[in-house]
Amino acid sequence: MTPYDDTSDTPGRPPPPTDPWSMVTLALTLMVVDPAGLRGLWLRGRSGPVRDRVMAGLAALSPRKLHPFMAEDALSGGMDLSATLATGELHHHAGLLERPGLLALTMAERCPPGLAVRLGQALDDDPTLSLLALDEAAEDGEGLPLALSDRLGLFLDLDGITYGESADLTLPLPMIAMAQARLARIAPGDAAPRLVRVAADLGITSLRAPLLAVACARAHAAWRGADAIDEADLQIAVALCYAHKALHFPEDAPEPQEAPPDPPQDQPEDGRDRDQSEFELPDEMLIDAARAALPPGLLAQLQAARLSRAAGANSGAGAMRKSMRRGRPMPSRAGKPGAGARVDVVATLRQAAPWQKMRRAMMPDRGDRLLLMPSDIRIKRYRDQTDRVLIFVVDASGSAAVARLAEAKGAVELMLAEAYSTRDHVALIAFRGHHAELCLPPSRSLVQTKRRLAGLPGGGATPLAHALQLALATADQARSHGMTPTLAFLTDGRGNIALDGRADRAQAALEATQFARAIAAKSIPALVIDTSLRPKPQLAELSAEMRATLIALPRADARSLQATLSAALGS
Amino acid sequence: MTPFPFTAIVGQDEMKTAMILTAIDASIGGVLVFGDRGTGKSTAVRALAALLPPIEAVKGCPVNSARPEDCPDWAEVTTSEVETRPTPVVDLPLGVSEDRVTGALDIERALTRGEKAFQAGLLARANRGYLYIDEVNLLEDHIVDLLLDVAQSGENVVEREGMSIRHPARFVLVGSGNPEEGELRPQLLDRFGLSVEVTSPKEIETRVEVIRRRDAYETNHTAFMAEWQPQDAALRARILDARAALPHVRTSNVALHDCASVCLALGSDGLRGELTLLRTARALAALDGAAELTRAHIRQAAPMALRHRLRRDPLDDAGSTARVARQLAEVLP
Repeated sequence: MTPYDDTSDTPGRPPPPTDPWSMVTLALTLMVVDPAGLRGLWLRGRSGPVRDRVMAGLAALSPRKLHPFMAEDALSGGMDLSATLATGELHHHAGLLERPGLLALTMAERCPPGLAVRLGQALDDDPTLSLLALDEAAEDGEGLPLALSDRLGLFLDLDGITYGESADLTLPLPMIAMAQARLARIAPGDAAPRLVRVAADLGITSLRAPLLAVACARAHAAWRGADAIDEADLQIAVALCYAHKALHFPEDAPEPQEAPPDPPQDQPEDGRDRDQSEFELPDEMLIDAARAALPPGLLAQLQAARLSRAAGANSGAGAMRKSMRRGRPMPSRAGKPGAGARVDVVATLRQAAPWQKMRRAMMPDRGDRLLLMPSDIRIKRYRDQTDRVLIFVVDASGSAAVARLAEAKGAVELMLAEAYSTRDHVALIAFRGHHAELCLPPSRSLVQTKRRLAGLPGGGATPLAHALQLALATADQARSHGMTPTLAFLTDGRGNIALDGRADRAQAALEATQFARAIAAKSIPALVIDTSLRPKPQLAELSAEMRATLIALPRADARSLQATLSAALGS
Repeated sequence: MTPFPFTAIVGQDEMKTAMILTAIDASIGGVLVFGDRGTGKSTAVRALAALLPPIEAVKGCPVNSARPEDCPDWAEVTTSEVETRPTPVVDLPLGVSEDRVTGALDIERALTRGEKAFQAGLLARANRGYLYIDEVNLLEDHIVDLLLDVAQSGENVVEREGMSIRHPARFVLVGSGNPEEGELRPQLLDRFGLSVEVTSPKEIETRVEVIRRRDAYETNHTAFMAEWQPQDAALRARILDARAALPHVRTSNVALHDCASVCLALGSDGLRGELTLLRTARALAALDGAAELTRAHIRQAAPMALRHRLRRDPLDDAGSTARVARQLAEVLP
């Protein structure tokens, strides 16, 4: 018996599941059929009844829960403190990564890069492990760290599925075992070359993707009860493994910023490749399968997350960054627990350990227990140095725009080149015409920055109010990610566009003043560089409202801008 | 499972050459591999571990000492028996604590026997071998500082809890990462002898071959290893031959002059670049079985030895590889 009853009638052509919930069931099944090949599942969706059903279905596999802020010794094992303290002998506990099976990472969108890499390495080293990443991304720009999203084969989005569409989920374990037994016998056919080509057509550069897709097609073939991979298996593989990684689809392919590899049209011109010209057309069927698997809008959302991950903007853990809890560890100190301080247990034990024999001799009535004294207690200390983000807000309006923008770009790059030592991030907001735009989200990567800054347009009116609003929002967001924002305005201060896009100078000035006050109220440090040849009092008033430092720099070039900024920021 | 065979890695010739060169002459000082995800960076490092010729070390010595008299006192090695063990390739995970890197008080012995003893860390295990850091650009600052210090002195010193421990820690640093996620501090960059940039292969046929081999490795392991292990063994023999030949490679004054003028033209900081270029070119010559260092070797070695040592000029759009190539064409026609 096989999962698709009609296999016997129309061999190799079972209807692929079409409704979202059967895709969910299928993906979970395949993950269990071949955990070594597929490595795991990226499950996107808010916590809720639908996700609970998925988790209930997986309960039979008893997944071990991980959370993003797990300590290293929980992962790789370490000393079992309670047992050690109780008996006075050393007891080890096994780490979560040391046993085979399924791991479930909750709040995966919060996963810090260090843990992501650690999990990635564990997956690479141990084929018996697989990972379910529960991504609850709510805002744009959140998502799974690249080290994980690249390694996990399958992807599911639960957000479009209502409770009514879902059903109770039971994994057919006996049938899964039969499929597993069949896995090794599946003939790959032309699966590898076709899946590689489709990956190239979709702009997927990582070589892990086709490898995972081949495994997925094979698992699906085994699950169907077939002996060879056929079209249906490939479609499932593309839908589950490629759709979310696609950078673009062949028709709508204006080259995105991340240059995909040359499309297959650029094959070397030897005869052998000519003969294969049929392959050089996009594999329409498979690409349609990828397209069909994607809810509208999701790709853009994933891409935003990828970019912001790549820019390093979202690696933070949010606002809860206190020096007793995180940051650069410093040697622990003697102290009293309480008031938010955490006991450094290991340091405390280390402190107490050498004295044990001696103390036992002094206090023979205390038995074999570990003898701790108040003076042994050590408190954890961290020095928290939050990253600074310098947000450039550049006036790209009017006639002087082109030159000013070019110099601002130069200054951004120079600041970034220095950022190694100062650990600064840089962001850039440009404003012209009717609105301001965040051209570069907070980033420390020179590569990313160069790409984003190339080809910023200039000219038009001056929507200063909107620029201030966006600057405030960006600074707020940076703060919520635990960074310290500083604003640097490059403008002549002649705002003439109101927030609603009308050319109303009075209204524009009023709104600009309001946002300037808001910036001051939030005590975001700011610096205003007046780039006009003859400074006007408006800008001086505005920067006074912002409590910003005003510097007149009529003919600013990139290097003098950078020097001024560095000096003003005290770095 | 045995690691993927080194010789079965498709393409990525510069990365493979750089790794082989550090195996011939460890004093070249490590490789930095920067590039896109899923291009086989970590596969190559794990493959290298299996490829490297084994070393002779005193049995039970935590720092892999070659002779009994080199074993540190704290290790309490009693035997003078020498055993053959694989060249250590030690992973330094990102979230690692300082204690695990440098070593610390052995809690087990302190707890159970009331003794002060030193438990060796990753640096000790990596001595005479390789230390591999995946995503090296995300490594925390205090660990970087620590590594810089040890890489500089070749010795790990631990002074804490009333202990004063030192042991040799000479290792080849191998780092990999993706530059889009953050740059590397120049001080750390400088510690790597060689740097290579890897990209996803652009030809479909190459990509298909990568997938085919990897799939065969996973699904048909025994047959695949039987096919490739002889080739790995042949490469291992070549590395050993090159090691033996290395001291005999003649280096003319012209070659020294060439190295100096390339570095001068590129404005690379310090003398480290020149020295690395010379050593790398010489190891290449030894690998080729050449009796003398030629200009061709220098030309081949220059990009990997120098591209990460150029002064960064953010306003110059050409990548550092292109800049090295430009200068090479001018200086060494």
